[in-house]
Amino acid sequence: MVVKLYGQVTAACPQRVLLCFLEKEIEFEIVHIDLDTFEQKKPEHLLRQPFGQVPAIEDGDFKLFESRAIARYYATKYSDQGTNLLGKSLEHRAIVDQWADVETHYFNVLAHPIVINLVIKPRLGEECDVVLVKDLKVKLEEVLDIYENRLASNRFLAGDEFTMADLTHMPAMRYLMGIIDINRMVKARVNMNRWWEEITARPAWKKLMVMAGS
Amino acid sequence: MVLTIYAPFFASSKRAVVTLVEKGVEFETVNVDLLKGEQNQPEYIAIQPFGKIPALVDGDYKIFESRAIMRYIAEKYRSQGPDLLGKTIEERGQVEQWLDVEATSYHPPLLALTLNIVFAPLMGFPADEKVIKESEEKLGEVLDVYEAQLSKNEYLAGDFVSLADLAHLPFTEYLVGAIGKAYMIKDRKHVSAWWDKISNRAAWKEVSEKYALPV
Repeated sequence: MVVKLYGQVTAACPQRVLLCFLEKEIEFEIVHIDLDTFEQKKPEHLLRQPFGQVPAIEDGDFKLFESRAIARYYATKYSDQGTNLLGKSLEHRAIVDQWADVETHYFNVLAHPIVINLVIKPRLGEECDVVLVKDLKVKLEEVLDIYENRLASNRFLAGDEFTMADLTHMPAMRYLMGIIDINRMVKARVNMNRWWEEITARPAWKKLMVMAGS
Repeated sequence: MVLTIYAPFFASSKRAVVTLVEKGVEFETVNVDLLKGEQNQPEYIAIQPFGKIPALVDGDYKIFESRAIMRYIAEKYRSQGPDLLGKTIEERGQVEQWLDVEATSYHPPLLALTLNIVFAPLMGFPADEKVIKESEEKLGEVLDVYEAQLSKNEYLAGDFVSLADLAHLPFTEYLVGAIGKAYMIKDRKHVSAWWDKISNRAAWKEVSEKYALPV
């Protein structure tokens, strides 16, 4: 019996979990939840995820939601196979957690509204909040400077190895890299560019991109 | 050498401080006054490059992000005090799930209320009434889900108190106190019972009194 992931393969949060499954060589099944028709808000899905979001997983009787929690659970459960995503010691694990939490609190808080305004709203024919986006981009430059500094002395965010800290950034980063001036911001920073090139060359990422139809 | 936690008087740091107290870990504190912008001083930035609080220093080891610190303490001192991570990896998964819910759904609207209602007058910036109204609505929707969850479970992750519950303490104290919206908790039967239980734990009472921000 394989774990079922409820979500859309093109959406960032389900991709976080899928990438974890691929890095850990875990078999899975995707059950498509159609975000365009708001299937995530319907009663059947609300039983799995009471906030009406994706993803959620069902693994036999075990159920979980929140993509980062799901990824941490599987990284722990399958610690002996595939890529080690959680560090080599307690202290290292805590630094992995630290940079993974940085993704939530410093990176995603900017990336999410940027993507909503510059990618999603145009698709829905809605107006982009130009003033907000300008302000978000300024803040993003400041955050990227801190990442740049970190990656100047560390190959990956938590040290020498690819971990959950890097993985958790990838789905939203990919959307940001499709926006011209943000792409330039990243490429202008030597270490960020090096980091992004290296982590997107990983086989698991390439498989995910094929699955997502990119 | 004793572990040091920075900025204990401020809410985000109290997530880490209450975890230390629950686990009976000795620690020292260093004050960082956000109202005076001390978090932007070079000595602090060297520890926390984003200029946010808290940070924890343990000898040569430095870590920031309050929930990462909570996890570190809960794991390092697993054998003492309550087990705040659950007994199995599945229970831990539930703890992580609700810790993430706090971080991504509960905290953002509550932070907006805190900044606009508690800190705007203190720091002389105008409160945004539209943000206050929208934040209260969003937080209300999240609390409705909590009400359903807590009608089935004594605590968020199950029948045991965990990091997920503790993470809610500092900013919810603002909600029922200085923000003046205690009804959001009290009007929800199971959320109210849960709040009474967790806020009356000895560790929280100690932290709340000892590190009360004089506002």
